[in-house]
Amino acid sequence: MNNPLQDLLAKKGVLLADGATGTSLFAMGLEAGEAPELWNESHPERIDTLHQDFVDAGADIILTNSFGGTRHRLKLHHAEDRVFALNKRAAEIARSVADRAPRRVIVAGSVGPTGELLIPLGALSYEDAVAAFREQIEGLKAGGAEIAWIETMSAADEIRAAAEAAVAVGLPFVYTASFDTAGRTMMGLSPRDLPDVAGAMGDGPLAVGANCGVGASDILASLLDITEAAPNATIVVKGNCGIPEFRGAEIHYSGTPPLMADYARLARDAGAKIIGGCCGTSCGHLAAMRAALDEHTPGPRPTIETIVERIGPLRNKTASEAGGETGRERRRRKT
Amino acid sequence: MSDDEIILSELSDEELVQQMHDDLYDGLKEEIEEATHILLDRGWTPYDVLTKALVEGMRIVGIDFRDGILFVPEVLLSANAMKAGMTILRPLLVETGAPKLGKMVIGTVKGDIHDIGKNLVGMMMEGAGFDVVDLGINNPVENYLDALEREKPDILGMSALLTTTMPYMKVVIDTLKEKGIRDDYIVMVGGAPLNEEFGKAIGADAYCRDAAVAVETAKEFIRRKHNQLAAG
Repeated sequence: MNNPLQDLLAKKGVLLADGATGTSLFAMGLEAGEAPELWNESHPERIDTLHQDFVDAGADIILTNSFGGTRHRLKLHHAEDRVFALNKRAAEIARSVADRAPRRVIVAGSVGPTGELLIPLGALSYEDAVAAFREQIEGLKAGGAEIAWIETMSAADEIRAAAEAAVAVGLPFVYTASFDTAGRTMMGLSPRDLPDVAGAMGDGPLAVGANCGVGASDILASLLDITEAAPNATIVVKGNCGIPEFRGAEIHYSGTPPLMADYARLARDAGAKIIGGCCGTSCGHLAAMRAALDEHTPGPRPTIETIVERIGPLRNKTASEAGGETGRERRRRKT
Repeated sequence: MSDDEIILSELSDEELVQQMHDDLYDGLKEEIEEATHILLDRGWTPYDVLTKALVEGMRIVGIDFRDGILFVPEVLLSANAMKAGMTILRPLLVETGAPKLGKMVIGTVKGDIHDIGKNLVGMMMEGAGFDVVDLGINNPVENYLDALEREKPDILGMSALLTTTMPYMKVVIDTLKEKGIRDDYIVMVGGAPLNEEFGKAIGADAYCRDAAVAVETAKEFIRRKHNQLAAG
């Protein structure tokens, strides 16, 4: 199977993904509550700049501005009938930036959650979820995306639905989850169990991993769990640039470029092959990460203690600290 | 696990209440409905069924949710079971003039369609005995203002899941300030990308990291409010 990641990894050993889309667009004037995806049509030049800045900072992979590009998300902005066009446009903008870059840059089509719960917890059927993702991924592929990059996921069934859609459309896929609740996703998925969620769909994922979540320290703890569970898999980590803080009317993330550089080094030593940033990661941060990875001398696999010492305290419990299934002792249960 | 089928109607009051706590924990809706009817038939007041069986059961669920033992899927099932019991009790509570903890208006902010966390907070607040008015998703500031005027709640709750929508909470709070009504309400905010510092910076009374914390925080604020009224 066509595996653009593997080809470039063989050359470079480790790949740098890009930084934040949403928070970077804020800096360019996106208003609270506005849909970033609509900017693919109304302000394509700004999306172009966003990608170009990340490429200039050294990104090997750029993610399209299509995170909320399923009909379930776009309907809020009365754009649910423009799913294909908006996603195609998102991919075209990224494609043109990648094609004029002086080196190989991979265009990955960002696919975020629908925001709906699947049956039985919610009203969305698995089939409808697959159809919604398929519609989006068809647009991304038509615009020149090489990979369906399924990200910030919480629910295993939704990951599978998106992966099934990618397989049906004929794009290889990557998936990453947001471990933001006691070391797991909000739906209780643990980092350890992530590789198996859609590990056998189609030809399997090109890579799996973690993105967003809480802070840079917490995501490195999740990364240790994933690389331990699947030492041979290609693992992605795309952590937030510290913690969001509100200054004046804007959100700032607490992470500095040196901190994100150190995060990148630790991520490398923890076994990640694809390293990037999520919310708050600007091109300045990304450039520091590029330099850190280029100059990196491999070190030992970090421990939680090392991570806390160098990046800062964990905000949440790690998955192994939290109880998981071993909950409360029950007296009896009706059968 | 037990091989013996438990017959709810054969349990003593105490055992039945314990069993309801277990059944809420396991999200068993029909069992909760049945047990609610049994307690009412035995002459329990609706208020006692609410507080001793449902609220207490959901309190236990809340603790394990807070501690990372239960996650959203389990808590949603528990909350659904609780709601089934509440549906039976609600008209009876009104009839009997049972005391109320307080009222909350809650909604996800403009531009944001996420309602899982918000729904959980609403359900857990109901489970704790609050009246909850849910404005749904994608609420511009006008929706909040209308609801505050109409419902006269004690608490305003706002939710956002996206970094692109969380700043809108400040728009709402600033508007309340402009209108001079900010201090008439306890404003609580929540959502995955938020944190304590953010809550403070935008002028909310509290950031609540999950539904269980939201319930505890709301109770604490209502208690303080009552103390203030008593002192004033």
